Amino acid sequence: MTVQTMITQLVFGMITSIEIFLLTLIFSLPLGLLVAFARRSRNALVSGAARVYISIMRGTPLMLQLMVVYFGPYYLFGMRIASSYRFIAVIIGFSINYAAYFAEIYRAGIEAVPIGQSEAAKILGYTRVQTFVRIVFPQVVKRILPPVTNEIITLVKDTSLAFVIAVAEMFTQAKAIAAAQTTMVPFIAAGIFYYVFNAVVAFLMEMAEKKLSYYE
Amino acid sequence: MDLLEINHLKKNFGDLEVLKDISFRVEKGEVVSIIGPSGSGKSTLLRCATMLERIDGGEIIYNGEKAAFCNEDGKVVYADKKTMRSVKDSFGLVFQNFNLFPHMSVLQNVCDAPVHVQKRSKSEAEETGRALLKRLGLSDRADAYPDQLSGGQKQRVSIARALAMNPHILFFDEPTSSLDPELTAEVLKVIRSLAEEHMTMVIVTHEMQFAKQVSDKIVFMENGFILAQGTPDRVFSEENPRVMAFVGKLTG
Ligand SMILES: Nc1ncnc2c1ncn2[C@@H]1O[C@H](COP(=O)(O)OP(=O)(O)OP(=O)(O)O)[C@@H](O)[C@H]1O
Ligand SMILES: [Mg+2]
Repeated sequence: MTVQTMITQLVFGMITSIEIFLLTLIFSLPLGLLVAFARRSRNALVSGAARVYISIMRGTPLMLQLMVVYFGPYYLFGMRIASSYRFIAVIIGFSINYAAYFAEIYRAGIEAVPIGQSEAAKILGYTRVQTFVRIVFPQVVKRILPPVTNEIITLVKDTSLAFVIAVAEMFTQAKAIAAAQTTMVPFIAAGIFYYVFNAVVAFLMEMAEKKLSYYE
Repeated sequence: MDLLEINHLKKNFGDLEVLKDISFRVEKGEVVSIIGPSGSGKSTLLRCATMLERIDGGEIIYNGEKAAFCNEDGKVVYADKKTMRSVKDSFGLVFQNFNLFPHMSVLQNVCDAPVHVQKRSKSEAEETGRALLKRLGLSDRADAYPDQLSGGQKQRVSIARALAMNPHILFFDEPTSSLDPELTAEVLKVIRSLAEEHMTMVIVTHEMQFAKQVSDKIVFMENGFILAQGTPDRVFSEENPRVMAFVGKLTG
C-alpha cells in the first residue's frame, strides 16, 4: 500500500464521517422537535408513545440500535439487504437516536420559557403557531445552545460507531490501514481529525452563543 | 353602550371557588378600578375576562357579542372562532410583571403584533409605534432590549405594546406592584393621561388614592364576591364599613 492510497482512504473516511455527522443533524434536529411536541401532547397516547421512544433510544446502546436498523429488515421481513443500505441505515440509526436526546433538550428549553410569554402573545392575538415560532422558539434556541453543543460534540465522536455495520468512515479506515501496515500513524491521524473536527464545532457553537447574547 | 358586561361569573380551581358570583359592566370611556384584599380573585377575574382562564358559569359579553355564555343545559360555551377573534381584538392586557419579549427590541415589542397579527404594513406599524413611544417618553429607548430598561420603562413599553393594537378596552393587573414609588408615579402618570383621553380601562390596583382620583367606578371584591360597586364617593363612604376598614388598613 502506497502512502498515496493510505491518504486517499483516510480522506474518504473523513468525508464519510462528515457526511454522517451533517445528515444526522439535518434529520435529528427537526425530528427531535416533533418528538418534543409529542412528548408534551395532552393526548396521553401520543405523549406516552413519545416517552417510551425516548426511553428506549436513551436506554440502549447506539451500536445495538444501528445493528437493529441494519439487520432488522432481513430478520423481520426477510428482505435482502443491499449494500447501499449500509449508509442509509447509519443515517436512520443516528437520526432516531439523536432525535431522542434533542427532544429532551427541546422539552426542557420550552418548559423554561415563562408561561407569561405565551399569555402575552395570546392576548396580542398571535395564533398558537405564531406564538411558538415568533415568541417561544427564539428563546428556546438561546437556552438550549450549551446542551446541544455537548450532544453535537458527542456525535462527532459517535460517528465512529458506524464501523459496526462496516461503513467505511474515518475510524474504520484507520483501523484497516493500521492492521495492514502494522503502524500507529493512521490512528494518530484519526485522533487529530476528530480533535480538529470538534474544535471547529465548538468554535461555531461559541459564535452562535455570542450572536444570541444581545439579550438576557 | 356597554363595552363589557360580565354576568354571574363563576370560576373554580378544583374545589376552590375563587369567583362565586361576579357581575359588573364597563361603559365606553369609563375607568373602572377593582380593589380588594389579596386572594379575593381580582387577577382571576381579569384572566377570565381576557380568556386566559375558562369560566365555569355566567357570561362574558363584549360590545353586545357573547364571548362566553351558558347553554340550555347550564354548560358554559365559548363563541365560535370568528366571534372570538373580534372579541380578542377588542381588548388588551398589561401584566404586573410586564411579560415583554426579551429577544425583541422595544420597537419590535411594540410593532410585532400589529404587523404579524393585524397584518398592518411594517412602515405604518413602525410609524405608529414610534409615535406611541414618544408619547410615553421612550423615544430614546426604541432600540434597547427589555433587560436594559428600568421597571417603569418596561411597564410603559408594555402599555405601548398593548396600545399599538388599538384596543377598545385595556385591562391592567396591578401595573405598579413591582415598582418602587418613583417608578410607580411614572406609570400612574401614563395611565392618568390615558384616562383623560377617555380610554376605557379596567384597573386592578392597590393604589387607593390613585383609584379614587381616576376612576368613574370602583369595584370592591372579597372572597369571590363583589361587596360594593359604584362611584368612588359612594364606595369609599360610611355606607361600606368593610371597604373603609380595608382602605383604613392600607393607609393607616
Ligand atoms: N391557577 C390557579 N390554580 C389554583 N389556584 C389558583 C390559581 N390561580 C389563583 N388561584 C387561587 O385563587 C385565589 C384568588 O387568586 P387571585 O390571584 O385571583 O387573587 P388576587 O385578588 O389577584 O390577589 P392579589 O391581590 O394577591 O394579586 C387564591 O386563593 C389563589 O391561590
Ligand atoms: Mg392579583
